Amino acid sequence: MKTRHKRLAIAAGVLLVIAAAATLILQAFQSNLVFFFSPTQIATQEAPVGRTFRLGGLVVAGSVKREGVAVDFQVTDTAKTVPVHFEGILPDLFKEGKGVVAQGKLQDGVFVAKEVLAKHDENYMPPEAAEALKNAAKSNEKTAASLVVSK
Amino acid sequence: MIPELGHFALWLALGVALVQGVLPLWGAARGRADFMALARPSAYALFVLVSLASACLLASFVRSDFSVLYVASNSNTQLPLPYQIAGFWGGHEGSLLLWVQMLVLWMVAVALFSRHLPQAVQARILAVMGLVSVGFLLFMLLTSNPFDRLFPAPPDGRDLNPLLQDPGMVFHPPTLYMGYVGFCVAFAFAIAALIGGNLDATWARWTRPWTTVAWMFLTVGIAMGSSWAYYELGWGGWWFWDPVENASFMPWLLGTALIHSLAVTEKRGSFKNWTVLLAILAFSFSLLGTFLVRSGVLSSVHAFATDPRRGLFILAFLTVVIGSSFTLFAWRAPTVGLGARFALLSKETTLLANNVLLMVAAGAVLLGTLYPLILDALGLGKISVGPPYFDTVFLPLMAPTIFLMGIGPMARWKETALPDLAQRLKWALGVAVLAAIGTGWLAGSIHLLATCGLLMAYWIICSVATDFWERVAPQGKGFAELRRKTGQLPRALVGMMVAHLGVAAFCLGVTLVKTYEVESDVKMNVGDSTTVRGYRFAFKGVQQIQGPNYDATRATIEISRDGSRITELSPEKRVYRVQQNPMTEAAIHPGLTGDLYVSMGEEVEGGAWIIRVYVKPFIDWIWGGCLMMAFGGLLAVTDRRYRRKAAASAQSANLLAQGATP
Repeated sequence: MKTRHKRLAIAAGVLLVIAAAATLILQAFQSNLVFFFSPTQIATQEAPVGRTFRLGGLVVAGSVKREGVAVDFQVTDTAKTVPVHFEGILPDLFKEGKGVVAQGKLQDGVFVAKEVLAKHDENYMPPEAAEALKNAAKSNEKTAASLVVSK
Repeated sequence: MIPELGHFALWLALGVALVQGVLPLWGAARGRADFMALARPSAYALFVLVSLASACLLASFVRSDFSVLYVASNSNTQLPLPYQIAGFWGGHEGSLLLWVQMLVLWMVAVALFSRHLPQAVQARILAVMGLVSVGFLLFMLLTSNPFDRLFPAPPDGRDLNPLLQDPGMVFHPPTLYMGYVGFCVAFAFAIAALIGGNLDATWARWTRPWTTVAWMFLTVGIAMGSSWAYYELGWGGWWFWDPVENASFMPWLLGTALIHSLAVTEKRGSFKNWTVLLAILAFSFSLLGTFLVRSGVLSSVHAFATDPRRGLFILAFLTVVIGSSFTLFAWRAPTVGLGARFALLSKETTLLANNVLLMVAAGAVLLGTLYPLILDALGLGKISVGPPYFDTVFLPLMAPTIFLMGIGPMARWKETALPDLAQRLKWALGVAVLAAIGTGWLAGSIHLLATCGLLMAYWIICSVATDFWERVAPQGKGFAELRRKTGQLPRALVGMMVAHLGVAAFCLGVTLVKTYEVESDVKMNVGDSTTVRGYRFAFKGVQQIQGPNYDATRATIEISRDGSRITELSPEKRVYRVQQNPMTEAAIHPGLTGDLYVSMGEEVEGGAWIIRVYVKPFIDWIWGGCLMMAFGGLLAVTDRRYRRKAAASAQSANLLAQGATP
């Protein structure tokens, strides 16, 4: 085999591996990207039904109800509220009135969480939850502003 | 006084590092021996100064000097002494100091053990390391000084994050950093060779042991982190594809590729450019990891602070280092020779394929790690890339890599014949397939994915066994000859075999725990019991206990099988007094064939608790496998040829250097 052919064969092999990997990566990306939605977005039906996504916000005080291993609570971004159902053990720092991020699917208006994410210390707010609150605050201001204008 | 002394030592260190980074390099370029001779003493001075700074910080921790801001935010008088010491690297500033401390430790090691290298090469290597330390010292002094004072001093500190109060914290970060930073040595060797233009098999022989040692530390460090997550986070996972884990895993993948391509460069003189590129990339990924972890772009337990100046500084530093080394590479690499030829089917190609696969795997991990950050930075929305992405991408890439692991060691350098290879490996493949199916059958259920995983593990074991047998098979002289031949195997070769068997053990552990683990969360009243996979877990009750700096509720759970008692586990739910954070402390009964894992959820009505009960078959093999890999590395670096040839290589190197620097 000539050196030129050999080089070509090696280059082709390397390209093949990279192409295969790229296909693999794109496919995995497509089916495994998890988007984030806030309670307001869920209320306006922007969130997909039957696909996994993340929900972030504050746990409504007094909304946590346990029944055996199952637990129900509500998550709010101060504008809208979404009921969440979860089966299993909540993370140590899950508290009423504190930030939370849950991953799961929307089923009949209830967010069925597969995972409730822990935050690691007292002062830390999950970025998704912070984002949801910030957006809701903005839209609250907007509504307030438009009310003023319509007066 | 002590903090000021440390602070002053850091500034002095910066000055020394500047001298070390500039003058020897200049001296090497101009052939001035007096400037080159500065490299070694300034490396020693730098080591002494940085160690002095570290000692000062350590002293502040041990003396609970809360007038130092960093100590006040990471320690407490109630904190047990080992954790006060570990508080050193419990936050951002101290971690950076640890980074620099490890760097100068490597530097002093290079200065001590590279006396046989030609002076110009030594000078360049130490100068490159000096420049890297300039960057980090500046970063520390300008944005994250661990010796900042706090006035008035608080009566007590804010305590170390409870998650970090664990023996793992004492050992995991130093080991991991040792590995991370160790790739700087390979990087410095590569840059020195590019500048000097003397990139050859001798260069590879010098670089190899350093790279292997760094890789060993990284392997052990990652394994420690993983086992720590397993028992400390309280829900039994051992790898989360968390960006911070990825930050240490990507350099590992590249380092693994580097070790293998260095082997080719040393033995055959091929792949030089590729090896140099890998050396640069491995260290670049270490820096990238530092950026990801220390800049605060990630929010996780490892990201301590969010200060945009810090992120910008590291990003700029990263750009300078990576940019300049790639420019140097593009400029000088074409002058580097191509090395010996090899056929399309040879040991070289299998190692090249292994390199490509490992690089692509690192690239896939990089993409999954950075993509959410980039989208977020561009304001295109918040997404997350979870474990399923990494699992789907990683497994198909690792399958061919592991297949090659069986073939590579058996293939011959330069040219190998396919029929010959197939002939030699057919038994290994046959036995591996049978064993994989047999294991599934023994375990009671055969899954496709599990069989693949088991097949990989057995394939490695069988091919290593075949390789071993081919080398030691006695030709008619019985056991005595077998023993003699085994004793004569080079240690580097045995190291490779052990490391590969470590991969096999790792694969076995991962496959078996993923397929056959049982996880169940159950509500239990005192006196209740539940049975999982034949093990009976009986909830005996709870009691309140007091730890040194926490209060805890401790449950007692008795485990028995077929009526005979196995053990009693006491998981805890702790509340640390200072930060008032609850913490779950799992209790584990480890075993060679599997762990029994119990942790407490929350208390529900009427004194009942939600208890997490896991049976994790063969999980310890995951970490055992990693330790075996590292042990293989240890065997390889203690190979006789590195010692025996040191003198010879010094001679040839001198000749070379005379040619390179007229």
